[in-house]
Amino acid sequence: MLSWVIPVAFALVTAAVAMNFWRLIRGPSLPDRILALDTLYVNTIALLVLLGIHLASALYFEAALLIALMGFVGTVALCKYLLRGDIIE
Amino acid sequence: MRRLLPHPLLTPILALIWLLLNNSLSPGHILLGLLLGWFIPWFTLRFWPERVRIRRPLTLLRFIAVVLYDIVVANLSVARRILGRPAALRPAFVSVPLELKTELAISLLANTICLTPGTVSARLAPDRRCLLVHGLHVPDAGALVASIKQRYEAPLKEVFESC
Amino acid sequence: MLEYLLSFLILTGAVFTFIGSLGLARLKDFYTRLHGPTKATTLGVGSLLIASALLFSTRGDGVSLHEVLVTLFLFITAPVSAHLLAKAALHLELPSLAPAPQEETHDRQAGNSRGPGPHKGA
Repeated sequence: MLSWVIPVAFALVTAAVAMNFWRLIRGPSLPDRILALDTLYVNTIALLVLLGIHLASALYFEAALLIALMGFVGTVALCKYLLRGDIIE
Repeated sequence: MRRLLPHPLLTPILALIWLLLNNSLSPGHILLGLLLGWFIPWFTLRFWPERVRIRRPLTLLRFIAVVLYDIVVANLSVARRILGRPAALRPAFVSVPLELKTELAISLLANTICLTPGTVSARLAPDRRCLLVHGLHVPDAGALVASIKQRYEAPLKEVFESC
Repeated sequence: MLEYLLSFLILTGAVFTFIGSLGLARLKDFYTRLHGPTKATTLGVGSLLIASALLFSTRGDGVSLHEVLVTLFLFITAPVSAHLLAKAALHLELPSLAPAPQEETHDRQAGNSRGPGPHKGA
């Protein structure tokens, strides 16, 4: 059963990533693009976790953790820039 | 005691995170985690001047259970709204008057509102009297405010601010 | 039995991730778009990570719980970034389907164009 569930899950998450890219390119305003980037990070974590399950390897966990950390910092920095016009106060 | 162990709650939490990060339960890692859990709060004391007190642990546990349940249920409803017609949505800004006073409780409430689907806390008023919340589908603003106050604010007030 | 549970968790996770991004692509204004990804993806990625933890714990080389850490981290950070994005959007006065909040006009009259104004968030 897992043998067909995992490819379906890959297809769904890849479609999600494609839609994020569409919003990233199209997004009429800056917060839209930042939101698309943030979602892109989260979906990349999902892809990495799926890859880890598929290959039965725990190696991808560290990469997922790093993306979670860095993605959050990036989003906060960009939002701060929009709010204050400056990142470091 | 206060100087040696400024945040008694933070130490076991940091030790637990260290153990999860290393994915092991060996005595060496437990010792190292406890050492780090003692050292980091001591080192960063100036950033956390106030000591956190949890008054009713059981209420806190029940609050966490309620939030997890709400996340699952409300996720289903948000998914249905996204798949439905966009024209049928009725988004609205709702202002929730706050009774909480401490920073920790207010930020926990804002995070909880953001975490449960369908609502995003958008802005805290400068005087901290009310929180602006954006709802994805709000047929009745009064009901939303009442449910936020009753489900999330009351237990948080009980846990962090009851005297 | 375990395989069914794993399949269910993986499918739920993927479907919620997909729906969250669908909301991002499909909804009409920024504030409603904000709801899709920040929520659906937390549950989506959450259940994928639980599936991963289950799979690696039952493979025989001990309990593997470090996926819980990523879940925990996402559940702490996702609301913060959602809140900041909503605040930034309000600050830029993006058009919204919902009637704009009252305080916004009040703030603008107080002379808050840019820079550290009265927006002191949580």
